[in-house]
Amino acid sequence: MTPEKTLEQLTREENAEHYGQGRSPMQDAFREFRRNYIAVAGAIFIVIILLTATFAPLLSPYDFAQQNTFNNRAKPFTGYDITTDYAEENCHWYNTPLEWGCTTFIAGSDALGRDLWSRMIYGTRVSLAVAFVASGVSVVIGLTYGTIAGFAGGRVDNIMMRIVDFLYAVPTLPIIIMMTVYFKALARRGVTTGFMGTLIFLNKSTGGLLFVFVAIGALNWLGMARQARGQVLSYKEKEFVEAARAIGAKDGHIITKHLIPNIIGPLLILESMAIPGYIFTEAVLSLISLGVDPPTPSWGAMINEGYATLRSNPHLVLFPGVALTLTTLAFNFMGDGLRDAFDARLRGRK
Amino acid sequence: MLRYIIRRLLIAIPVVFLVILATFVLVHAMPGGPFDAVGMKAMPEHIKIVLERRYGLDKPLYEQFARYVLNIFKGDFGPMFRQPSQTVRDIIGQTFPISIQLGLMSLIVAFVLGIPIGIIAALNHNSLLDYVVTFTAVLSRSIPNIVLAPLLIYVFAVQLDWFPVAFWGAHPPFFLGFIPRLNSEFFMHAFLPVMSLGTGMAAGIARLTRAGLLEVLSSDYIRTARAKGLRERAVIVIHALKNSLIPVVTVLGPLLAALITGSFVIELMFAINGMGRRFVTSIGQREYFLQTSLVLLYGFLLIMANLLVDLMYAWFDPRIRYD
Repeated sequence: MTPEKTLEQLTREENAEHYGQGRSPMQDAFREFRRNYIAVAGAIFIVIILLTATFAPLLSPYDFAQQNTFNNRAKPFTGYDITTDYAEENCHWYNTPLEWGCTTFIAGSDALGRDLWSRMIYGTRVSLAVAFVASGVSVVIGLTYGTIAGFAGGRVDNIMMRIVDFLYAVPTLPIIIMMTVYFKALARRGVTTGFMGTLIFLNKSTGGLLFVFVAIGALNWLGMARQARGQVLSYKEKEFVEAARAIGAKDGHIITKHLIPNIIGPLLILESMAIPGYIFTEAVLSLISLGVDPPTPSWGAMINEGYATLRSNPHLVLFPGVALTLTTLAFNFMGDGLRDAFDARLRGRK
Repeated sequence: MLRYIIRRLLIAIPVVFLVILATFVLVHAMPGGPFDAVGMKAMPEHIKIVLERRYGLDKPLYEQFARYVLNIFKGDFGPMFRQPSQTVRDIIGQTFPISIQLGLMSLIVAFVLGIPIGIIAALNHNSLLDYVVTFTAVLSRSIPNIVLAPLLIYVFAVQLDWFPVAFWGAHPPFFLGFIPRLNSEFFMHAFLPVMSLGTGMAAGIARLTRAGLLEVLSSDYIRTARAKGLRERAVIVIHALKNSLIPVVTVLGPLLAALITGSFVIELMFAINGMGRRFVTSIGQREYFLQTSLVLLYGFLLIMANLLVDLMYAWFDPRIRYD
C-alpha cells in the first residue's frame, strides 16, 4: 500500500507542474535570455573581445607601436616586419603577396608601417575600457544622485532635479570637446603639482583615457539620475519599505539593503543600452584627435589616420570600422536581449 | 500654453547665460593665447601686446565678458583673430545655414524612412519581413557614422563615382537665410552626408514606431474601432498611428542631440563648411569669441529643440497639460 500523499505535497506537485520547479525571477529571465540566440551571440562576442583585450600582448603578432617605415601602408597579407634578420634577407619589401617563411601583416600596415592587426587587438582595450568604466562612472554618479533626490523628496528633490534639468539644456559634445582641449593643453604644459598634476599623471599612465572617461561619464549620468529617482519614488511607498521602517531600520539601511537591490537591475539594463553611445563618443573624440594619446591605438583614432588615404588604402578604415561596428552590434544585441528578458518577466508574459 | 512657452523661455535665459559664462572662462583658462605665434615663429612681444590691446584682451576677464554679452544684443559676436577680415557673425552666417540644411534633411530622411518601415514591420508582426526589418534596424543603428561615412564615400563616390566625394553643393546667400537653390548640384552633394546621418536615426525611429504601434494595436479602443466595422486602413491611420508615435516623440530630444554630435563627424568627413567642422577646426586656435558663440548657438538650438519636443508631446498626448 502506497502511503497517501498529504494535501500539501499534492499542492506542491501541482504547482511544480503548472509553474515549473521553484525558479527565482532571475533564473526565469536568464532562461528567457538564453533562448534569444542573437543576444547570446552578442554576449559571446563581448566575452571574446574581453579575452582579446586581456591577452592582447599574447595575441598581437607585433608591437603596436613598432614602425616599419619601409613598409608603410602595406595592403593586407603583404608587408614585412623588417626588424628580423630573416625578413631582411629573404622577403620582398613592399606590397608583395605572402611568401613562405616570411611573417606578414595580416591586415596590412598603417601610414607609419605599424602592424594594423596588432593595433586592432590593442584597440579592444580602449573601446572596452570606455564601455565599462564610463558606464560605471555614469551609474555610480547617477544612482547616488537619483536615489538621494528621490528618497529625500520635498525641497531637496526639487532643487536636485532642477539642476539635472539645467544640465540637460547644456550642449554636451561641444562642452566635452572644450573640456578635453583644456585638459590636454594643461597636460602639454606639463603641470605636475596639485590635483591637476595627479590627474595628468593618471591620464598619462592610462594612455590618455582618463580624460575620455571623465568627459563621457561626467555628462551622461543625467538620464541615470532621473531613472533612479523615478524608481526610488515608486518603491519607497511600498509595504516592504514601510515594514523595514516599522522595525526601526535607518535610512541608510533602507536605501542600501532594500531600495538599491530592487532598482539596480532595470538601471543596469538601461545602462547597457547606452554603452554603444559611449563607444561612439570615444571614437568621435579620437577622430578629432582629442581621444587617446598616440601611440595608444584606438579604433576611432585609426579611422582618423586612415581616412586621409581612403581612396588608395581603404583597408586602413575598413578594419577598425568593422571592429567598431561588430562591437557596438554585439552590445546592442545583448542590451536588447537583456531588456526583453527582464521586461517579459516584469509584464508576466512569456 | 502660451504662458508655459514664455516661462520655459524665461528659464532658458539663465541656462544660456551660465553656459556661455562657463565656456568663456574655459577658453580663456586654456594655456596660450591667439597671438602666440605667426606661422611657425613666435610673435614678437611688443606686437603681441599691441594686438591684445587692439582686441581688448588686456582687460580683466569680467570686463571682457560683460562687453561680449552686451555686444551680442547688438548682433556683434566678436572678432576673429586669425581671419581679421571676417567677424564671428560672418562665420556663423556662412556655416549655420549649411548645418541647418544638413540637419533638417537628415531629420526628414529619418522620418520618411523610419515611420513607414516601422508601420510595415508592425502590421506584419512576426513575419519574415518583420524580422528582416528589425534586424536591419539594429544593424544600421550599430554602424557609427564615422564608419558609415567613409564606407559610403568609398563605395558610391570613389568606386562607383555616382556622387561627389566632398563639399556642400550650396553657397550663401540663401533664400530666407537657409533655403538653398534646390538644383541637382545641391542634392548630389547632399545625398551621401544626409544618408550617413539619417539612416541611423531612421532605424531608431522605425524600431520605436514598430513597438509603439504593436502596443497600441493590442489596446481596447482599437478593438472597439474594429468592432464598429471600420476599414483596417481607417483603424490604423486615424486611430492607431497618432498614439503609436508618442514613444517616437519622447526620443526626439536625444535624437536632436545625436544630430548635433553626428554633424561634427559628417561635416569633417565630407569637408562641409558647417558649424561643427568650424568648431572642431578652431579648437586649437584659441578663437575665444568664435568658440563661445558657437557653444551659445548650440545651447540655444538645444533649448529650442527641447521646447519643441515638449510641445509636440502635448499635441500627441492630450492628457499632458502644461500650465
